[in-house]
Amino acid sequence: MDAARRRTLVQAAAVAAGLAPAAVMAGAALTVGLGANPVETLTHETGEWALRLLLASLAITPLRRLGLTVLAPLRRTFGLLGFAYATAHFLIFLVLDLGLEPGLLIEEVAERPYVTAGFAAFVLLCPLALTSTRGWQRRLGRRWTRLHLLAYPAIVLALLHFLWLVKADLLEPAVYALVGGILLATRIPAARRALAGLRL
Amino acid sequence: MRMFRPPSIPSSEITSETTWLRRRELLAQGAGLAALVTLPGCFAGQESHAATEPSTLRALEGVTPAPRRFRTEEAQTPFEDASTYNNFYEMGTDKGDPVRNAHRLRPEPWSVVVEGEVGKPGRIGLEDLLAPHALEERIYRLRCVEAWSMVIPWVGIPLGAVLARFEPTSRAKFVAFETLVDPEQLPGQKRQILDWPYREGLRMDEAMHPLAILAVGMYGRVLPNQNGAPLRLVVPWKYGFKSIKSIVRIRLQAERPETSWSQSAPREYGFFANVNPEVSHPRWSQARERRIGEWRKRPTLMLNGYAEQVGHLYKGMDPKKLY
Ligand code: HEM
Repeated sequence: MDAARRRTLVQAAAVAAGLAPAAVMAGAALTVGLGANPVETLTHETGEWALRLLLASLAITPLRRLGLTVLAPLRRTFGLLGFAYATAHFLIFLVLDLGLEPGLLIEEVAERPYVTAGFAAFVLLCPLALTSTRGWQRRLGRRWTRLHLLAYPAIVLALLHFLWLVKADLLEPAVYALVGGILLATRIPAARRALAGLRL
Repeated sequence: MRMFRPPSIPSSEITSETTWLRRRELLAQGAGLAALVTLPGCFAGQESHAATEPSTLRALEGVTPAPRRFRTEEAQTPFEDASTYNNFYEMGTDKGDPVRNAHRLRPEPWSVVVEGEVGKPGRIGLEDLLAPHALEERIYRLRCVEAWSMVIPWVGIPLGAVLARFEPTSRAKFVAFETLVDPEQLPGQKRQILDWPYREGLRMDEAMHPLAILAVGMYGRVLPNQNGAPLRLVVPWKYGFKSIKSIVRIRLQAERPETSWSQSAPREYGFFANVNPEVSHPRWSQARERRIGEWRKRPTLMLNGYAEQVGHLYKGMDPKKLY
């Protein structure tokens, strides 16, 4: 199999995997239902998949450093998929929780630290999604790389958002935070060199 | 992933116990396409052992129907929702965990210790506790602190009448309740999410109020384990976490008791926990709630709509302190 073909296949598999949760949710909604509180189910599922996919996107660069260069294009794929779930998550909250009232959104963002963090994460991701095309990458040149460093604060805010919203059981968000912490740590120059040394 | 639940089987279609016991297979077939892409923990309801089908629970007989002042005419929450969407951290922190773990709890035999400032302390079996009282139906709104609500037809006995039998002394100002501690029966207790046992409490005048009941059933049948079998508190004008489940100890005392959620997060949960749309939880608004089964939120009522009946208990108190 030539390299181009392999890339296409990997890409298609990633897109399919990323869309599967949405398909499962849609399937469940049409058959067994989404439980007693469907709005909560949808909010939680879309939020968790947004986070998982953003973390997956963050995992690509260290994997590439380890020699898995075939995965390189998936950084954008997973990032965009994560953004799509985050958008759905935000819209569900805006429409079904807040009844599309801008006043309520402002109030929630201003008053609830966990919403502030989630909202800030989403806002930071918007320009990244908009400039994710090759055209923008070319046009912005060096500045594109700088702009896309915003992915780091965005993921930190998303993790805080999750940590702040649980009532008592921190285990699940703590596991995500640990994974996120490790992925961010691989960006430290010493860790980067170590990874390169481990090349598969 | 967790909250997808198995389809409910209308009772008319329940042909035999074998069909019931085969429900996992049936479900696996029914889940069809979606099951192909299995996600972690998804369709967890398949493992359910606890009754979510009312006919598997013993029907309660001789229940006095709720009089007008103890019933709301609002649409009742479907039994299936009320028995599969539960906060009972002793059985797990996800709403779907209790129904999955409920089969471990043995609600029979059951006894309760009544102690403290009472003339007649002691341990009493559940049957003896219930014997002198007529079972009464009460159809109440239940408002969770997480901003969702249900309407549930409970079966129970007035808490005040039960307490009176143990002859509270003049020093009895508060009632403290405790849930069973047994990590085998309540596997959520294997982790110290809260400082077990779960504790709750009421001021004496709140406990004596006719709206406060000890429930032994709902929807005309004994309580499903995940709803706090065999004996739980129901105080409809307070957030749901006050209505402590699977009670094994009732203590009357002079001092205000510690309560689990206010111990765990004193900034977020107080002792009174009265439903109040004007006082937000520090992390979310309490102004509106989602009635289970509805898409849009509705306004939350002061004292969950029971202000006329219990408002006088809090005269002269700062409502901001009543969260
Ligand atoms: C990058 C953006 C975001 C990510 C990755 C994210 C992720 C998450 C996660 C993982 C959860 C918890 C799910 C669970 O408990 O299973 C969650 C819940 C939630 N998020 Fe977000 N979120 C984001 C943005 C937002 C925004 C912009 C809002 C609203 C303005 C928001 C509102 C909520 C709400 C209301 C909940 C549910 C809280 C609850 O039910 O206790 N999120 N989110």
